[in-house]
Amino acid sequence: MNIMGLLDCIGNLSCLLTHLTSAVVIAMILFLVASGLSLIFGVLGIGNFAHGSLYMIGAYITYTVVSKSGNFWLALILAPIGVGFLGLVVERFLIRRIYGSAHVYQFLLTFGLLLVLDDVVRFVWGFDFKSVPTPKFFQRPPIFFFGSPIPLYYVFIIIMGILVALGLWIILSKTKFGKVVNAAASDPDMVECLGINVRSLYTLVFALGALLAGFGGILASPMRSLSPGMGFPVTLESMLVMVIGGVGSIGGVLIASFLVGLLRSFGILGFPDFELFFVFFLVIAVLIFRPWGISGRALE
Amino acid sequence: MKRIRSYSFWIVSIGFLLVFPLVFPSLFYINNMIEILINALFGVSLNLLVGYTGLLSLGHNAFFAIGSYSAGVLLQQTSFSIPTSLFIGLILSGMFALFTGYFSTRLTKFYFAFLTLAFSQIIYIIVVKWVSMTGGYQGLTQGIPKPPIHLIAWSIDIAPRLNFYYFTVFLVCGSFILCKMIVNSPFGWILRCIRESPLRAQFIGINVRRYQIIIFVIAGIFCSLSGGLSSLNINGCYPEHADWLKGADPIFMILIGGMKNFLGPIVGAVVLLFINTFLSSITRFSAFFLGVILIVLIIFTRMGIVDLFLLKKETWGKGKLE
Repeated sequence: MNIMGLLDCIGNLSCLLTHLTSAVVIAMILFLVASGLSLIFGVLGIGNFAHGSLYMIGAYITYTVVSKSGNFWLALILAPIGVGFLGLVVERFLIRRIYGSAHVYQFLLTFGLLLVLDDVVRFVWGFDFKSVPTPKFFQRPPIFFFGSPIPLYYVFIIIMGILVALGLWIILSKTKFGKVVNAAASDPDMVECLGINVRSLYTLVFALGALLAGFGGILASPMRSLSPGMGFPVTLESMLVMVIGGVGSIGGVLIASFLVGLLRSFGILGFPDFELFFVFFLVIAVLIFRPWGISGRALE
Repeated sequence: MKRIRSYSFWIVSIGFLLVFPLVFPSLFYINNMIEILINALFGVSLNLLVGYTGLLSLGHNAFFAIGSYSAGVLLQQTSFSIPTSLFIGLILSGMFALFTGYFSTRLTKFYFAFLTLAFSQIIYIIVVKWVSMTGGYQGLTQGIPKPPIHLIAWSIDIAPRLNFYYFTVFLVCGSFILCKMIVNSPFGWILRCIRESPLRAQFIGINVRRYQIIIFVIAGIFCSLSGGLSSLNINGCYPEHADWLKGADPIFMILIGGMKNFLGPIVGAVVLLFINTFLSSITRFSAFFLGVILIVLIIFTRMGIVDLFLLKKETWGKGKLE
């Protein structure tokens, strides 16, 4: 317990800003992964326990593209397509079989997928830790914000996160596609009656969710070391964020991501060993008192 | 006549377990059998929830960890006897189950499963971070003392493997008998009713939540016993047992063995041991094959081995209603 350290840091502007920045960065990555998960759960009704593995594969594809071509921007384009395509294949052949099934089977199928993907990564990339270097473009002196240095790459992540959040919001609420997706989340049978191919829609939504998770992995890869087990904690955390934020609402997921980011970033200061405790307490409190989360749909 | 016939299966099985070390005296077989029994108890306790009541509890291994670490810590640091340490583990698990079950059963399906998962992760964090008590990531590695158990005039030492085997058989079979009695009682049939349709159960006047909480506590207590036995068996306690990844093992057992039948998880425990041993001897990528087996099982048949076996019996006209 280090409450004095926590309070000291909050009092000190530069320390406060450093931790705020890292909170925002954590939040952005979490937001990307959790929004994909929320989309999949909200529309398809599947709690995807393999979601963190999609994140991991995004990171590993980035590693390969960057080490073969040295070009991070290429990875930024290729890797989401790769993970999205993987999501498409997975939905078409696996996920499709468990719609509407008892949740044991949903859990076991996605868990089986997790095992398979993790070992595929071990097979292709090996058991040891890999790392992706910070892209050359960002290897510059940090930006100074109120006297506190912020790595340029962090700014990039924050900008990308905001862009994706905006993009998702526009797509889901302003475009026809988004309206169809929302409708399918409430009443897929009616949507099908209206002549829309719901099966393909589901595939698309799953691919989009996978793409978002992979994109989170891509952005996170220069900051974290890559290992075959890196997906598990991400799956758990993104589920926490999804539950706190409430299913069916991008805004809720965004706010929840920030909450978790703040809890993690400042929790490490005040309670060095227990920072995850608070996130779990928050989730438990949410599930007990407000199960629909910050701004989600009412539960069935 | 029918009663004798259905009891005879149990009598034969227990008899088999009792004479097993005489037929297969090697330590290898005895150790594997002990492991199967402990895992089977874990699976059976979870199946009380999943198969009989329809509650997917992903955080069941929290109780396993509580039982395991309670026994380990108490035996290492206090002079409590083995039965007392195990019993305290049961009480602690029961209390945790009551607490978490009370809140979890307010939710359904995914949210229920996820809340049990969240609670179990809290246990995992406690286990991993309370280093002074639990040894952190290393676990308790100094060995678990096994003071002889004093029973009236006898003193039973369970340190020798053969003695520990019979100790395990006694406790596990005793638990199975208790569970079977619970499951075949009117209480058990109400659980099945809740599994089929909680809404209808409510409409005929069953207090669904109360039954769910009760079975949650019972399942947690039996699971804690398997945890305590496990720590005695492997002579240590390790935090991996509390992680949600390991929590999938018993669900896998239940799937393979069959969800709707009492014997299912037991068969599943045997099969899982075989698969794990076989796979890890031929490849480093056992998780891949395990995952493929899971996926194939779920896509093509949702039934486990015992379910398929009973299905065959039914089509021949001799089936049992389950």
